[in-house]
Amino acid sequence: MDGFINIINQASSYIIPLIIVLIPAYALFRKVKVYEEFVEGAKEGFTIAVRIIPYLVAILVAIGMFRASGAMDYMVTGLEPILSIIGFPPENLPMALMRPLSGSGSLGLLSDLVNQYGVDSLFTRIGATMYGSTETTFYVIAVYFGSVGIRKTRHAIIAGLLADMAGALSAVYICKLLFT
Amino acid sequence: MLNYIWFAMIAVSVLVGIATGRIDAVTDAAFNSAKVAVELAIGLIGIMALWLGIMQVAEKAGLINALARGIRPLARWLFPEIPDGHPALGSIVMNMAANILGLGNAATPMGLKAMQELQELNPEKDTASNAMVTFLAINTSSVQILLPATMVGLIGAASGALFIPIIIATSVSTIVAITAAKWLEKRKAFIQTPPSGEEA
Repeated sequence: MDGFINIINQASSYIIPLIIVLIPAYALFRKVKVYEEFVEGAKEGFTIAVRIIPYLVAILVAIGMFRASGAMDYMVTGLEPILSIIGFPPENLPMALMRPLSGSGSLGLLSDLVNQYGVDSLFTRIGATMYGSTETTFYVIAVYFGSVGIRKTRHAIIAGLLADMAGALSAVYICKLLFT
Repeated sequence: MLNYIWFAMIAVSVLVGIATGRIDAVTDAAFNSAKVAVELAIGLIGIMALWLGIMQVAEKAGLINALARGIRPLARWLFPEIPDGHPALGSIVMNMAANILGLGNAATPMGLKAMQELQELNPEKDTASNAMVTFLAINTSSVQILLPATMVGLIGAASGALFIPIIIATSVSTIVAITAAKWLEKRKAFIQTPPSGEEA
């Protein structure tokens, strides 16, 4: 198993350079003017990046204020009794709440779990599984919708948060099943 | 939806900040986050340009269309609104492939390209289409198979044991994401108003 993981992780360092060379190679074979087309496509990079700025500011400011005010900590304290009923460890609640909001925040929480409980503890494993199994929902929604100027997001947030919740709960139960 | 969540987060932050005497920290966080947001976006320009350039070359070579044709059955079910052979399907597949391989840097530009192509098919330009929400739900639930490099950096060799639990948890969250997006898109509260959303 470990060997297999190693091979996959090693292979990943070749994927990007291979994509960068093989696509133009094939295109050249198909008589595409690769340099001119590359530049043409690259032009869009600037406009898209600039277009997402207001959306990103709106989302990141709200998240930053929420964390700095201590509201996040109160939310954790308030939810603890409910979660203990379903067997959800309170040590992993901050991660479950932080994961959809902030990538760097949840990475910080993961390193906190590692420091407090060690890399082999159940809490670290549950936290790491949560970290690895979902994405930063609010960031993705702000960037993706922002890039095309969509302001009415309909059911996107509910669907994203339901997926995050399902990921967090399955992280708890799978790790408990496998590691205890 | 986002209007209420956004306002609630800001209002609660200010109230809690005043109550706990951390109002200065809240103000700092607001200004700092605004700065970070711009830095993030600016930092994205170069990587975006690189991948969008490669994507353009792939498209002109006919690779994107070939890819889109290959996954037609799955895509037809996930995104019934996208016509056959539309370039949006190719970009969506490229984005998913990059996510699965853990190539976050490559996934974002391809995902944003897919959003632009989906926007061309969108009847209401300021409102998300069904295909967009389904695509985003899959993206936020993360479909990766490789372990995130940041996590491996923190946990080291012990992260090998997490391979299986992460694949199971991410599969569960992806299935829930697709089911939720598909079910919610037909509910009264969320259905798209123009006739395009009425069939099926």
